[in-house]
Amino acid sequence: MTRRHKLTLARIIAAAVLLAAAHFAPLEGVWELAAYLVPYLLVGGDVLLRSVQNILHGQVFDENFLMSVATIGAMFTSEYAEGVAVMLFYQVGELFQSVAVGRSRRSIASLMDIRPDFANVLRDGETIEVSPEDVAVGELILIRPGERVPLDCVVTEGRGSVNTAALTGESVPRDVAPGDELISGTIDLNCVLTARVKSVYAESAVARILDMVENSSDRKARTENFITKFARYYTPAVVFAALALGVLPPLLMGEPWAKWIHRALVFLVVSCPCALVISVPLSFFGGIGGASGRGILVKGSNYLEALSKADTVVFDKTGTLTKGEFKVARISAEGMEPRELMRLAAGAESASTHPIAGAIIDYAESEGLDVPEVRDIEELAGLGIRAKVGGHSVLAGNARLMETENIPIPEQSNEAGTVVYLASDGVYAGSILISDTVKDDARETIDTLSGLGVRTVMLTGDRLAAAKSIAAQLGIDETRSELMPQDKVTALEEIMASARGTVAFVGDGINDAPVLMRSDVGIAMGALGSDAAIEAADMVLMDDRPSRAAEAIMISRRTMRIVWQNIIFALAVKLIILVLGAFGIADMWLAVFADVGVAVLAVLNALRCMNVKNI
Amino acid sequence: MKKTYRLKDLDCANCAAKMERNIKKLSGVTDASVNFLTQKMTVDAEEARFEEIMDEVVRVCRRVEPDCVIVR
Repeated sequence: MTRRHKLTLARIIAAAVLLAAAHFAPLEGVWELAAYLVPYLLVGGDVLLRSVQNILHGQVFDENFLMSVATIGAMFTSEYAEGVAVMLFYQVGELFQSVAVGRSRRSIASLMDIRPDFANVLRDGETIEVSPEDVAVGELILIRPGERVPLDCVVTEGRGSVNTAALTGESVPRDVAPGDELISGTIDLNCVLTARVKSVYAESAVARILDMVENSSDRKARTENFITKFARYYTPAVVFAALALGVLPPLLMGEPWAKWIHRALVFLVVSCPCALVISVPLSFFGGIGGASGRGILVKGSNYLEALSKADTVVFDKTGTLTKGEFKVARISAEGMEPRELMRLAAGAESASTHPIAGAIIDYAESEGLDVPEVRDIEELAGLGIRAKVGGHSVLAGNARLMETENIPIPEQSNEAGTVVYLASDGVYAGSILISDTVKDDARETIDTLSGLGVRTVMLTGDRLAAAKSIAAQLGIDETRSELMPQDKVTALEEIMASARGTVAFVGDGINDAPVLMRSDVGIAMGALGSDAAIEAADMVLMDDRPSRAAEAIMISRRTMRIVWQNIIFALAVKLIILVLGAFGIADMWLAVFADVGVAVLAVLNALRCMNVKNI
Repeated sequence: MKKTYRLKDLDCANCAAKMERNIKKLSGVTDASVNFLTQKMTVDAEEARFEEIMDEVVRVCRRVEPDCVIVR
């Protein structure tokens, strides 16, 4: 609570005591009114003052004015206690609401708090503490255990582990050693590191992320704009209804004035749209804040809203669903041990720089195979390699190589990847399948999305058979294969035309900026380093796990659910009170509850948006 | 020119919306946004008259929410 809040609280308590005293004091006539006026002015003086000021400034329908009219009206109908109590209750609600909103705001903001406060820069053999903005590229900085890495840098000395949770939501610490890059915003856990600064603060990861998150509430969701607009018409409409209710029955039907004016006052109290105006943006803010705590950055609540309506998610294959690293996926040896086959293959490929060769050599190294002596390596362009490995004449290459050498091979399979065939001394020896490895959480991502009723599509440049095999392995609904980079936009447009909801695209930001832009919601992953992707995307996943995209959809849907809960709850309560008030069933007490009570409940509900841990 | 200001004691979301609407109506202001949640205000206005326009912005804000202070 701030000082201002405490002051208000003190005023409320004093007024409550005075109100009780006035109630029990044996006073009559003017003296009774005077006794009630003291607590009334104490607790509501500022509201009255404000409403007068606002009328002078031409702001008629604000809540201060409405509360003033309602309570003064109650006083005139000789409901002194009610007038004071309603004002008192209103102030309690306002206080509560202000405290709750302030708290939520701060706790959401703290989720996004990755701003480094200082940097220890080494200058002239001394360590000085300066603001991160004042460090130049190439300077050396010192990072101590527990400190936040202030700038993007490369470690020159020291090793230990760092925590990237604030950036990526990944809680497993990462080991760093000299030569490794450090991203600003990560926290040094246990080591003293010296590092060379790579970019100035304004271009650092942290500055870019903060910029994105802070501007996110400027891009408003349609629901948010609708509520702001609604509020502009709601209040005047209710006020005029109140006027009609207070004046027409007595004039037309000769009903008693006091009774109908009292009912009209109930209308005035309910006419403030605060619950909606606060809780809807707060819900979005909570959702965006919660998402950023999980390493999902959202550029605006409009994208969160669009994503919640996604019925199709399109994935780029390489680098998004797969790691983009080639690995030995299968070894089929014929007439020899698989290890022997791999030794021959590693020998034959030992001088090649092709990524396929790299995969075979990596495999041999990781398995600790001793590669035999290699002589007479001959590269056969477009076919493969011929070499003498450990005394054998070895051929390693594609199916065409085997064909030209008249070596029969088994029928080609439809597995995803590249097959390397081997022959030893003119006899077929087996084949090795090299493929890009699927990311650990790719399958889980597709399963989750299917469970949410979302169609999944994969775009790839691979040939059809390979694409189909990966799609089957992951359970992807649809694939578009053999696409050149420029075909991807066309493919996406076709998908968008056939989708009922919105279409989200997930890519790693390499070569797919146009697709990111064209989709309803473009999600770039692992994009901390790529400016183009951050620029083009609507959401950025800080790490390179596709499951974050599924998580983002769940967060967006939950946020929208809470937004609509708040809208419906607030409107329903107000409507009920209006109807009850018109029939004289609801009194002003209930009306005040409908006003501030609902606002507080809606704010508390909105706060649930930021708790996304257990989605 | 675009500048961002911190707001102190901006207590009501409806007021923030009103401020934004009124600031946008000022002459010389290209765009403005009042963010209740981050308690920040961004004003994009004519560079030559910026300070003058800001004085007007402050007046508009005070009219809507007298408690709110713009940290300039």
